[in-house]
Amino acid sequence: MKQSRWQQATYRHPYLFALLLLVVAFTANLLLQPNLLEPTTLNSNMRVFLPLILVAIGQAIVMIGGGIDISVGSIVSVVNALLATQIGLSGDPSTAGMMMGAALVVGMGAGALNGLFVAYLRLQPIITTFATSFIYAGLALFILPNPGGGVPSRLTAFYRETIILWLPLAFYVIALILLVWAFIRRTRYGRYLYAVGGKADAAYETGVPVQAVQFSTYVASGLMAALGGIAMTLLTGSGNAQVGDPLTLSSITAAVIGGTPLSGGAGGIAGPIIGAVILGLIRNIISFASVATWWQTFVNAAIIVLALALPGIINLVRRRKG
Amino acid sequence: MKRLTISPPLAAVLLALALFLLSGFLPNGFGGNLDVAMAQAVNIVRLSVFLGIIAAGQTLVIISGGEGIDLSTGAVVTLTAILTYTIVNDRNEQVLPALLAVLVVGGLIGLVNGAGIAFLAISPLVMTLGMAGVVSGLILVITQGKVSGAVAPIMTQLIARPALLGIPGAILIWAVFAALMWLLLERTTFGKNLFAIGTNRTTARLSGINVTGMVIGTYALSGMLAGLGGFLIVGNTGVVHIRIGDPFLFPSIAAVAVGGTLLTGGKGSYFGTMAGALVLTLMTSLLTTMQMQESVRRMVLGATLLTMIAIYGRQRGFRQ
Repeated sequence: MKQSRWQQATYRHPYLFALLLLVVAFTANLLLQPNLLEPTTLNSNMRVFLPLILVAIGQAIVMIGGGIDISVGSIVSVVNALLATQIGLSGDPSTAGMMMGAALVVGMGAGALNGLFVAYLRLQPIITTFATSFIYAGLALFILPNPGGGVPSRLTAFYRETIILWLPLAFYVIALILLVWAFIRRTRYGRYLYAVGGKADAAYETGVPVQAVQFSTYVASGLMAALGGIAMTLLTGSGNAQVGDPLTLSSITAAVIGGTPLSGGAGGIAGPIIGAVILGLIRNIISFASVATWWQTFVNAAIIVLALALPGIINLVRRRKG
Repeated sequence: MKRLTISPPLAAVLLALALFLLSGFLPNGFGGNLDVAMAQAVNIVRLSVFLGIIAAGQTLVIISGGEGIDLSTGAVVTLTAILTYTIVNDRNEQVLPALLAVLVVGGLIGLVNGAGIAFLAISPLVMTLGMAGVVSGLILVITQGKVSGAVAPIMTQLIARPALLGIPGAILIWAVFAALMWLLLERTTFGKNLFAIGTNRTTARLSGINVTGMVIGTYALSGMLAGLGGFLIVGNTGVVHIRIGDPFLFPSIAAVAVGGTLLTGGKGSYFGTMAGALVLTLMTSLLTTMQMQESVRRMVLGATLLTMIAIYGRQRGFRQ
C-alpha cells in the first residue's frame, strides 16, 4: 500500500501530531487563561502535570520495548504510602532523603518483579502487570490502611514553589531526564531497545539480549513510577493508598497521544511528556470554559478520543483522496 | 520426551474444585455437611454467572486477535445496569423493552469501538479505553449523580430466586447461554472466521473473509454481551450504583486468560472462560470468608492470578 505524505511525515517525526495538538491546546488554554505564561501560573500547572509526565515516560519506555505496564499506578500508591508513613509530617530532611532513596529502590524492585515474569517467564505483559498491580495496590493499603500521614511542609514548599530563572522546577526535572535519554539512545542499549520492540525474534537471532532488554524496560518503568510517586507525594503533602490509581490509564493515553505505538519499536520520551501536558491542558480548558459539572468527564473523554482518532481519520481521508 | 499435558479449561475446573473442597475446612466452612456444601456450591456458581456472561464478549474480542481487548466493558455494564433500572422502574411489562434497549445501546457502543479499530487503525486497547471514559462521562451526564428506578419483580424471580429444582434462574440462563456460545464459536461461519482472523488476519483476508466486518461485528457483539451482563447484574442485586460495572472489567480479562484463551488470539473456548469465571469468583468469596483484610486479600488475589498464568500462560520461547 502506498503511504500518503502525511503518513510518511508522521512516520519520520512521531511527535509531529502531538506537537500540533499541543499548540492547539496551549492556544485554547492561553485564550481562556491569559496569565498562563506567568512564572507562578506556569509553575502551578507544571507541578500538577509532573507526576503523570514521569509515569508516562516510564510507560513509553516499556511500550517502545514492546510491552505494557498496568501496575504503574499501584507503584505510585506504594511509594506515596511509604513516604507518608515513614517520613511523617514532622520528619527531618535526612530521613526524608533516605526514604526517597528507598522509594526508588522499591519502585525498581516492583518493576524487576514485572520484568522477571514478562521477560524471563514469558508471560503476557498486560495480564501479568495487571496481576502484580493487585499485589502492589494491596501492599499500599497494607502500609497505609486509611488516608493520613504526610511529609513536612518544608519539603512540599520546595516542590511547589521552586522557580529558577522564571522556569518552574518541573522544567529542570524534565530537561535532566531528556538529557539522560538523549545519552541512552546513543548507546548500544538504546539501539537494542528499539530492535527488541520492533521485532523481538529478529533481534534475538542477531544476538540482542532480548530478555535482559525487556527486563530493563520494566525496571525503568518502576523507577519512573517511583519518581512520579515522590512528585505526587510532594505535591499533595499527604498519604492516600489509592492516589496512583488514575495514573495507570492516563499514562497509557499520554504515551499514545505522544506518538508511541502500542506495537513497540518506535516513539521516544518527548512524546509522552507532550501527551501528558496535553491531557493536563485539556482538563484546564474544560474547567476554565465553565463546562457544566456533570458534563466535564464526558467532554474530557470525548476530546481525548477525538485526539486519539484524529491521526487515523487523517490517514483515512488521505487514502480516499489518493 | 513426552510431556504430561492438561487442557487449561480442565485445569481451571480442577483448581475450582480443589479450592472449593479446601474452603470446607475453614472454621466457618461447610465441614462434613453435604447439604450446606451443596448450597454453597450453587451460590458460588450463581455468583459466577455475571462475570461469566460479561467475560463472554471479552472472550470473543480476544479470540479475534490483533491485540484484541475490550476495556469499555466495565463502563458499558454500569450504563446498561442504570438504563435497565430506570426503564423497568418496577413494571414487569417494561422488562423486555429494557432488555432490547440495553442490547442496542451496548451493541452501538461496541460498533463505534469496532469502527474505530477497523477503519481508523486505533489499537483496541486505546480505542476501548477511550470509549470507557466517554461512557463513564455519559453516565454522569444522564444520571447527574442520582439514579431513580427499581427492578421488576419478575426479574428478581427469574434471576435471583430458585427457578427449577432449586436451581437459581441465573444458572439456567448461563447454561442456555453457554450452549449458544458453543454453537456460535464451533458451529457457525462466524465462529470459524473468528478463529481464522485471530490466527492470521492476512491469510484470513486472502481466503475471502471480510476481516473489517468481522472485527466490527465482534466488538458490537462484545458490547451487547456487556449490556446483557448489566441487565442481569441489576436483576440480581436489585439496586444500582454508579460504579457497579467497574469491578468486572479486569476480572473479565483475567477469566479469559485463566480459561486458557490465548491473549494473542486465534485459540480459546468459552468453556475455559466459564471455568475462569468460577475460579475467580470462588477465590474472591474464599478470601472474603476467611475475613482477611482488604489489603491482604488483594495481594493474595494478585499472587494467585500470577501463579495461574505462570503455570500455563507462557508464550513460546525464542530458541524454539
